[in-house]
Amino acid sequence: MDITIPILILAIPLFMFIFLGLVGVKMSHKLAGTLGTLGMGTVLILSYYTAFTYYFSGNPAFIDGTNRLQAVIFDQTWLQFTPSLAIKLGFLLDPISAMMLIVIPTISFMVHVYSLGYMHGEKGFQRYYAFLSLFSFSMLGLVVATNIFQMYIFWELVGASSFLLIGFFYTLPSAVSACKKAFIVTRFADLGFLIGILVLSFYTRELDFLPMTQNPAGVLASFEGASFLGASALTWALVLIFTGGMGKSAMLPLHIWLPDAMEGPTPVSALIHAATMVVAGVYLVARLFPLYMLEDAALMFITVVGAATAFYAAMVACAQIDIKRILAFSTISQIAFMMVSLGVASRNNVAIHEGLGYMASMFHLFTHAMFKALLFLGAGALIHAVHSNNYTAMGGLRKYMPVTHITFLIGCLAIAGIFPFAGFWSKDEILAACFANGTFWGIWMMMVAAMTAFYMFRMYFLVFWWDNPDYEKEHHGHRPHDPGLAMSLPLVFLALVSTVAGFIHFGEFVTFDGHEYQIHINWAIAGLSMGIAVVSIIFAGWLYAKKNDRPKRMADSCRWLWTAAHRRFYWDEIYLFITRRIIFDGICKPIAWFDRHIIDGTMDGLAFITNKASVAIKGFQSGKVQMYIWWYLMGAVVLGLIVAVCVL
Amino acid sequence: MDITLIWYLVPALVMFCCGVYGFLTRRNMIAMLISLELMLNAVDINFVVFNRYLFPHSMEGWMFTLFGIAIAAAETALAIAIIINLFRVSKNIDVRDATKMKN
Amino acid sequence: MESVGSTIFYWIIALSIVIFSVLTVTTRKILRAATYLLFVLFATAALYFKLDYEFLGSVQIAVYAGGIVVLFVFAILLTTHPGDNSEQLASRKKVLGLVGALAAAGACGWALCSRCADIFTSLPSMENPTMHRIGEAMLGTGHEQYLLPFEAVSVLLLACIIGGVVIARKR
Repeated sequence: MDITIPILILAIPLFMFIFLGLVGVKMSHKLAGTLGTLGMGTVLILSYYTAFTYYFSGNPAFIDGTNRLQAVIFDQTWLQFTPSLAIKLGFLLDPISAMMLIVIPTISFMVHVYSLGYMHGEKGFQRYYAFLSLFSFSMLGLVVATNIFQMYIFWELVGASSFLLIGFFYTLPSAVSACKKAFIVTRFADLGFLIGILVLSFYTRELDFLPMTQNPAGVLASFEGASFLGASALTWALVLIFTGGMGKSAMLPLHIWLPDAMEGPTPVSALIHAATMVVAGVYLVARLFPLYMLEDAALMFITVVGAATAFYAAMVACAQIDIKRILAFSTISQIAFMMVSLGVASRNNVAIHEGLGYMASMFHLFTHAMFKALLFLGAGALIHAVHSNNYTAMGGLRKYMPVTHITFLIGCLAIAGIFPFAGFWSKDEILAACFANGTFWGIWMMMVAAMTAFYMFRMYFLVFWWDNPDYEKEHHGHRPHDPGLAMSLPLVFLALVSTVAGFIHFGEFVTFDGHEYQIHINWAIAGLSMGIAVVSIIFAGWLYAKKNDRPKRMADSCRWLWTAAHRRFYWDEIYLFITRRIIFDGICKPIAWFDRHIIDGTMDGLAFITNKASVAIKGFQSGKVQMYIWWYLMGAVVLGLIVAVCVL
Repeated sequence: MDITLIWYLVPALVMFCCGVYGFLTRRNMIAMLISLELMLNAVDINFVVFNRYLFPHSMEGWMFTLFGIAIAAAETALAIAIIINLFRVSKNIDVRDATKMKN
Repeated sequence: MESVGSTIFYWIIALSIVIFSVLTVTTRKILRAATYLLFVLFATAALYFKLDYEFLGSVQIAVYAGGIVVLFVFAILLTTHPGDNSEQLASRKKVLGLVGALAAAGACGWALCSRCADIFTSLPSMENPTMHRIGEAMLGTGHEQYLLPFEAVSVLLLACIIGGVVIARKR
């Protein structure tokens, strides 16, 4: 394949970032937005072309019979440190990167279009589009990385652009603290990632993905005998790398930044904190999955973290008021689904094809990106209409905003896993993979799926049904209404995709080992999970479809649980406790005291002594010549005596 | 009575100490300068006497005294120029008034 | 053994050096101090003559007595009114001066006593340095010959003349 198009896919967003960043302030909002959107549209077409070529061209570089290959389109040495250590920048095409080449530009383009309406008239509009381009560039660079170091570089770049976009409204203190929080938490996680990279490449002598993933036995051999604290070095490396993924994908206990990241503009939340960047952790594990397959301990760790996170986030989502936070916790929960799906895809799993979990995870990544972006953009439309993030300010909106209502409903059905919407298919595969690994995980995740349906429809009913506030009075005669074309079109498009995406025979395109894999719907599991979802929806409807006091009574009956869930089970307080009380008070303050009193004190003391000594002896410099002479003479006499005593 | 080396050194020492005393106590700058001449003269005597008594066949001390006299002359001329200049500024030549390098 | 005349001559010289030195630094009239200094310088010149250094004695009289003291007298006449007495010294000042002088005397005395073998040397015989020898010593470049200091002193004197003129001239 020609390398022009892959290079253009990366170069156009980068150019757009530089161009809009440098000269954006000189141009009108409309021009900057149009340019950014056109650039992204071009990338969209080129990416579609690339992915289409990869999947359908039958090019022997990409497919060997029915076996899809991993193809390095180009791999350019960037920094040559030593003959054996070089950092390369390249473009890797394989099933998952080709899939991401569809997902990222699609969502990004939708968000670009949507933002034309949503961000209309905002200060810094051009800057916003520059940052969006930067993010798109970074994310695309991340998914096509040929080596783990390139991935790390772009990993940090997406973190930086996420920081910039969360803090877009930098005059709001909450946005500033949210972007700092996101950056610091993910940086901590990335420290683990970096150490993991170093451990892995220290033993394997390799940074490139393909030599590692295509020869797992060799990797295993290179780690032979190395262990640390009772676990093998390979497990450590993989768990540490996964730590980076935990930070980016907001797994417990590093999830705390994602709900706060909702301070950013809503389209940004849709793009970065729902569809693309937060799944980078999943993508990372998937990219190194052949290595993870070697270590059951690492996979088990992923499974446990994912399952705990999924359940936790679902619990919290049931008790939030801010609709963007509900969606944020829903995102955490759904990403945890993907993680669990990867975690249960163990090679010891003989009951079913080992790649099922892998495929299901990627499938869910794909569908989730579509419907979660849809939900976020829908939430953006709602917020745009009522100027509040809280569902308490909404209710009965189905009459005022029919387009938003229908598309949002489709999104909710998709995430709840109702046939035939996209989520049904991917979630069913995940549940099947869980059951194949163990009944416990299956039941656990099915319960989380039921909670997903419940909290999504709780939000749906509270927003679109429930009460009917007097909007005209509250908004000075303005009734909430559907957004303009720029915002409606992406909603409709994503709703269509969310409806039909499940019918893609995903197993033909993305599998663990490249071999085509036929999806068999396990109707027992599918039917059961859908039945539970329907029950959850009905329950949510019974509680929230009309204004009544049942929710309040229910919350009162277990007030502590509701409060705890509403306060997100006090994770932020725990972090604050650890940082303030233990780290700041326990460690930093003694160090500061030491610095202030011992080190500074020594320096101050030196200055003090010098000062006092100067004051004491400055009288000698009186300008009185005869006193000078007298002292000089005494000095000479003493010196003479010393010489006389010592020498003579 | 034999006139030995010490006979010459003692008057020179007395002269030197008078110079020191005068230099430390007199406030008139010209008087200080005179004391300075006394000290220089005492040192010259020492050079000459040591040369004459201990090394009668060479002339180092002798030459040193000669140069010392020349330098003393130069120094005195310059010092008197400075003193006259100071006098022109402050209308007296008391050393206590000359505490500023610049006025 | 010296002749009696020589001894008497020595005592005259030694006493006049001591007496006039003390007078120089104790008189309150500045012009008298300059005069006593002149006597001290003459006595020193006589000492040089007595030690058979006639040339040096002549230089002493010519430069010191003839040049420097005249310079002092001019300076004194320029800067003081005739008949002015310098003020009475404070006793603290006197004590300081005495301490300094005695300390210097003590240090020198210590140094002298520590070499008591040398200080009782008798006057050895010596050929008087002839003018020929002096000229060679001053203008030669060999061992114990001093052309370079001689030239340096010439430059120094020149610099002093210029410097003195520059400093003392009216602005």
